[in-house]
Amino acid sequence: MNELEPDYDTEGVVKKFMFVNRKAPYGTIYALEILETVLISAAFDQDVSVVFMDDGVFQIKKGQDTKAINVKNFSPTYRALEGYDVEKLFVERESMEARGLAVDDFVVPVEVLSAEELGGLMDQQDVIITG
Amino acid sequence: MLHIVNKSPFERSALDSCLRVAPKGGAILLYEDGVYAACVETTVTDTLKAAAIEYSVFVLGPDLAARGIAPDRVIEGIEVVDYGGFVDLVEEHGPVQSWL
Repeated sequence: MNELEPDYDTEGVVKKFMFVNRKAPYGTIYALEILETVLISAAFDQDVSVVFMDDGVFQIKKGQDTKAINVKNFSPTYRALEGYDVEKLFVERESMEARGLAVDDFVVPVEVLSAEELGGLMDQQDVIITG
Repeated sequence: MLHIVNKSPFERSALDSCLRVAPKGGAILLYEDGVYAACVETTVTDTLKAAAIEYSVFVLGPDLAARGIAPDRVIEGIEVVDYGGFVDLVEEHGPVQSWL
Protein backbone atom coordinates (compact mmCIF):
# COMPACT_ATOMS: atom_id res chain seq x y z
CA MET A 1 0.00 0.00 0.00
CA ASN A 2 1.21 3.47 -0.85
CA GLU A 3 2.19 5.26 2.35
CA LEU A 4 0.89 8.53 0.99
CA GLU A 5 -2.64 7.19 0.66
CA PRO A 6 -4.83 7.93 3.69
CA ASP A 7 -6.08 4.77 5.41
CA TYR A 8 -9.58 6.19 5.62
CA ASP A 9 -12.10 7.03 2.95
CA THR A 10 -12.50 10.74 2.23
CA GLU A 11 -14.68 10.22 -0.82
CA GLY A 12 -17.96 12.05 -0.51
CA VAL A 13 -17.14 13.95 2.69
CA VAL A 14 -19.01 17.24 2.62
CA LYS A 15 -18.18 19.92 5.14
CA LYS A 16 -19.86 23.22 5.76
CA PHE A 17 -17.49 25.97 4.61
CA MET A 18 -18.12 29.65 5.30
CA PHE A 19 -16.10 32.36 3.58
CA VAL A 20 -16.27 35.73 5.32
CA ASN A 21 -15.36 38.71 3.15
CA ARG A 22 -14.49 41.81 5.18
CA LYS A 23 -12.31 43.85 2.79
CA ALA A 24 -13.03 46.27 -0.03
CA PRO A 25 -12.20 44.82 -3.46
CA TYR A 26 -9.15 46.68 -4.83
CA GLY A 27 -7.22 48.24 -1.93
CA THR A 28 -5.86 44.84 -0.88
CA ILE A 29 -5.63 41.36 -2.43
CA TYR A 30 -7.87 39.66 0.17
CA ALA A 31 -11.12 39.82 -1.80
CA LEU A 32 -9.71 38.23 -4.94
CA GLU A 33 -7.88 35.54 -2.94
CA ILE A 34 -11.03 34.57 -1.05
CA LEU A 35 -13.01 34.46 -4.29
CA GLU A 36 -10.51 32.03 -5.81
CA THR A 37 -10.68 29.87 -2.69
CA VAL A 38 -14.48 29.83 -2.90
CA LEU A 39 -14.27 28.53 -6.47
CA ILE A 40 -11.80 25.80 -5.43
CA SER A 41 -13.97 24.60 -2.55
CA ALA A 42 -17.00 24.57 -4.81
CA ALA A 43 -15.11 22.36 -7.26
CA PHE A 44 -14.79 19.83 -4.40
CA ASP A 45 -18.58 19.82 -3.96
CA GLN A 46 -18.53 21.29 -0.47
CA ASP A 47 -21.42 23.04 1.27
CA VAL A 48 -20.35 26.64 0.74
CA SER A 49 -21.71 29.86 2.24
CA VAL A 50 -20.26 33.24 1.35
CA VAL A 51 -20.67 36.23 3.65
CA PHE A 52 -20.10 39.89 2.86
CA MET A 53 -19.72 42.14 5.89
CA ASP A 54 -17.83 45.28 6.92
CA ASP A 55 -16.07 46.68 3.80
CA GLY A 56 -16.58 43.28 2.12
CA VAL A 57 -20.04 44.45 1.04
CA PHE A 58 -18.27 46.74 -1.45
CA GLN A 59 -17.01 43.67 -3.35
CA ILE A 60 -20.44 43.04 -4.85
CA LYS A 61 -21.36 46.67 -5.55
CA LYS A 62 -22.86 47.12 -9.00
CA GLY A 63 -21.28 49.31 -11.68
CA GLN A 64 -17.58 48.68 -11.03
CA ASP A 65 -15.43 49.89 -13.93
CA THR A 66 -11.70 49.38 -13.33
CA LYS A 67 -10.34 50.31 -16.76
CA ALA A 68 -8.80 53.56 -15.51
CA ILE A 69 -6.94 51.93 -12.60
CA ASN A 70 -5.52 49.06 -14.68
CA VAL A 71 -6.84 46.32 -12.41
CA LYS A 72 -9.06 43.38 -13.36
CA ASN A 73 -12.71 43.92 -12.43
CA PHE A 74 -13.56 40.60 -10.79
CA SER A 75 -17.06 41.59 -9.66
CA PRO A 76 -18.74 39.71 -12.58
CA THR A 77 -17.23 36.48 -11.20
CA TYR A 78 -19.60 36.60 -8.23
CA ARG A 79 -22.45 36.15 -10.71
CA ALA A 80 -20.79 32.94 -11.95
CA LEU A 81 -20.84 31.36 -8.47
CA GLU A 82 -24.38 30.14 -9.09
CA GLY A 83 -22.99 27.94 -11.87
CA TYR A 84 -20.79 26.23 -9.27
CA ASP A 85 -23.82 25.66 -7.01
CA VAL A 86 -22.63 28.38 -4.64
CA GLU A 87 -25.96 30.02 -3.96
CA LYS A 88 -25.82 30.83 -0.25
CA LEU A 89 -24.72 34.45 -0.32
CA PHE A 90 -25.27 36.59 2.76
CA VAL A 91 -24.86 40.26 3.60
CA GLU A 92 -24.84 41.58 7.13
CA ARG A 93 -27.45 44.32 7.45
CA GLU A 94 -25.56 46.75 9.65
CA SER A 95 -22.51 46.75 7.35
CA MET A 96 -24.70 47.36 4.30
CA GLU A 97 -26.71 50.19 5.84
CA ALA A 98 -23.66 51.92 7.36
CA ARG A 99 -22.27 52.23 3.82
CA GLY A 100 -25.44 53.63 2.26
CA LEU A 101 -26.14 50.43 0.33
CA ALA A 102 -29.28 48.37 -0.26
CA VAL A 103 -29.90 44.91 -1.79
CA ASP A 104 -30.57 46.53 -5.18
CA ASP A 105 -26.97 47.78 -5.24
CA PHE A 106 -25.50 44.27 -5.49
CA VAL A 107 -24.53 42.28 -8.59
CA VAL A 108 -25.94 39.06 -7.09
CA PRO A 109 -29.06 38.14 -5.12
CA VAL A 110 -28.20 37.98 -1.42
CA GLU A 111 -29.96 37.19 1.81
CA VAL A 112 -29.62 39.98 4.36
CA LEU A 113 -28.90 38.82 7.92
CA SER A 114 -28.71 40.59 11.25
CA ALA A 115 -25.44 40.30 13.16
CA GLU A 116 -27.14 37.85 15.51
CA GLU A 117 -28.40 35.66 12.65
CA LEU A 118 -24.95 35.71 11.07
CA GLY A 119 -23.36 34.68 14.35
CA GLY A 120 -25.76 31.75 14.59
CA LEU A 121 -24.93 30.67 11.05
CA MET A 122 -21.21 30.87 11.79
CA ASP A 123 -21.74 28.59 14.76
CA GLN A 124 -23.03 25.84 12.44
CA GLN A 125 -19.94 25.73 10.20
CA ASP A 126 -17.15 23.16 10.09
CA VAL A 127 -14.62 25.51 8.50
CA ILE A 128 -14.54 29.33 8.39
CA ILE A 129 -12.13 31.21 6.14
CA THR A 130 -11.96 34.96 6.56
CA GLY A 131 -10.31 37.68 4.53
CA MET B 1 0.45 71.02 1.86
CA LEU B 2 -1.66 68.36 0.19
CA HIS B 3 -3.05 65.61 2.44
CA ILE B 4 -3.86 62.36 0.67
CA VAL B 5 -5.89 59.51 2.19
CA ASN B 6 -6.19 56.04 0.64
CA LYS B 7 -7.81 53.99 3.44
CA SER B 8 -11.48 53.19 3.92
CA PRO B 9 -12.98 55.36 6.69
CA PHE B 10 -15.01 52.35 7.86
CA GLU B 11 -11.96 50.20 8.52
CA ARG B 12 -9.09 52.48 9.41
CA SER B 13 -8.58 55.75 11.29
CA ALA B 14 -6.37 57.44 8.65
CA LEU B 15 -9.00 59.96 7.62
CA ASP B 16 -9.89 60.79 11.24
CA SER B 17 -6.22 61.45 11.97
CA CYS B 18 -5.93 63.60 8.86
CA LEU B 19 -8.96 65.69 9.83
CA ARG B 20 -7.70 66.02 13.41
CA VAL B 21 -4.25 67.25 12.40
CA ALA B 22 -4.51 69.05 9.06
CA PRO B 23 -4.81 72.85 9.44
CA LYS B 24 -8.16 74.18 8.27
CA GLY B 25 -8.15 75.63 4.78
CA GLY B 26 -5.83 72.94 3.44
CA ALA B 27 -6.39 70.49 0.62
CA ILE B 28 -7.32 66.82 1.06
CA LEU B 29 -7.47 64.23 -1.73
CA LEU B 30 -9.28 60.92 -1.23
CA TYR B 31 -8.04 58.07 -3.44
CA GLU B 32 -8.04 54.24 -3.61
CA ASP B 33 -10.21 52.93 -0.73
CA GLY B 34 -10.30 56.46 0.66
CA VAL B 35 -12.94 57.34 -1.95
CA TYR B 36 -15.59 55.46 0.03
CA ALA B 37 -15.55 58.43 2.41
CA ALA B 38 -16.91 60.69 -0.34
CA CYS B 39 -20.24 58.86 -0.67
CA VAL B 40 -23.63 60.13 0.44
CA GLU B 41 -25.83 58.28 2.95
CA THR B 42 -23.08 56.56 4.94
CA THR B 43 -22.14 56.79 8.62
CA VAL B 44 -19.26 59.16 7.75
CA THR B 45 -21.17 61.43 5.34
CA ASP B 46 -21.80 64.11 7.98
CA THR B 47 -18.11 64.19 8.89
CA LEU B 48 -17.15 64.67 5.25
CA LYS B 49 -19.80 67.32 4.66
CA ALA B 50 -18.28 69.29 7.53
CA ALA B 51 -14.77 68.66 6.22
CA ALA B 52 -15.76 69.93 2.77
CA ILE B 53 -16.61 73.28 4.36
CA GLU B 54 -13.36 73.59 6.34
CA TYR B 55 -11.04 72.16 3.66
CA SER B 56 -10.84 71.84 -0.09
CA VAL B 57 -11.73 68.16 -0.49
CA PHE B 58 -11.08 66.25 -3.70
CA VAL B 59 -11.71 62.66 -4.76
CA LEU B 60 -10.03 60.68 -7.53
CA GLY B 61 -12.50 59.82 -10.31
CA PRO B 62 -10.86 56.61 -11.62
CA ASP B 63 -10.98 55.12 -8.10
CA LEU B 64 -14.66 56.05 -7.78
CA ALA B 65 -15.45 54.37 -11.11
CA ALA B 66 -13.50 51.22 -10.18
CA ARG B 67 -15.62 50.88 -7.05
CA GLY B 68 -18.93 51.48 -8.80
CA ILE B 69 -19.59 54.85 -7.20
CA ALA B 70 -21.49 57.11 -9.59
CA PRO B 71 -20.59 60.83 -9.62
CA ASP B 72 -24.09 61.70 -8.40
CA ARG B 73 -23.38 59.69 -5.21
CA VAL B 74 -20.49 61.98 -4.26
CA ILE B 75 -21.14 64.46 -1.45
CA GLU B 76 -21.82 67.98 -2.70
CA GLY B 77 -18.79 70.18 -2.14
CA ILE B 78 -16.29 67.41 -2.85
CA GLU B 79 -14.66 67.86 -6.25
CA VAL B 80 -13.92 64.90 -8.52
CA VAL B 81 -10.50 65.05 -10.22
CA ASP B 82 -8.69 62.81 -12.70
CA TYR B 83 -5.00 61.80 -12.66
CA GLY B 84 -4.05 65.11 -14.28
CA GLY B 85 -5.97 66.89 -11.54
CA PHE B 86 -4.02 64.91 -8.93
CA VAL B 87 -0.77 66.18 -10.47
CA ASP B 88 -2.10 69.74 -10.52
CA LEU B 89 -3.00 69.49 -6.81
CA VAL B 90 0.53 68.35 -5.95
CA GLU B 91 1.98 71.18 -7.98
CA GLU B 92 -0.31 73.76 -6.43
CA HIS B 93 -0.13 72.66 -2.79
CA GLY B 94 3.49 71.58 -2.49
CA PRO B 95 4.59 68.88 -0.05
CA VAL B 96 2.37 65.82 0.25
CA GLN B 97 1.41 64.19 3.54
CA SER B 98 0.29 60.63 2.84
CA TRP B 99 -2.06 59.22 5.52
CA LEU B 100 -1.37 55.55 4.81
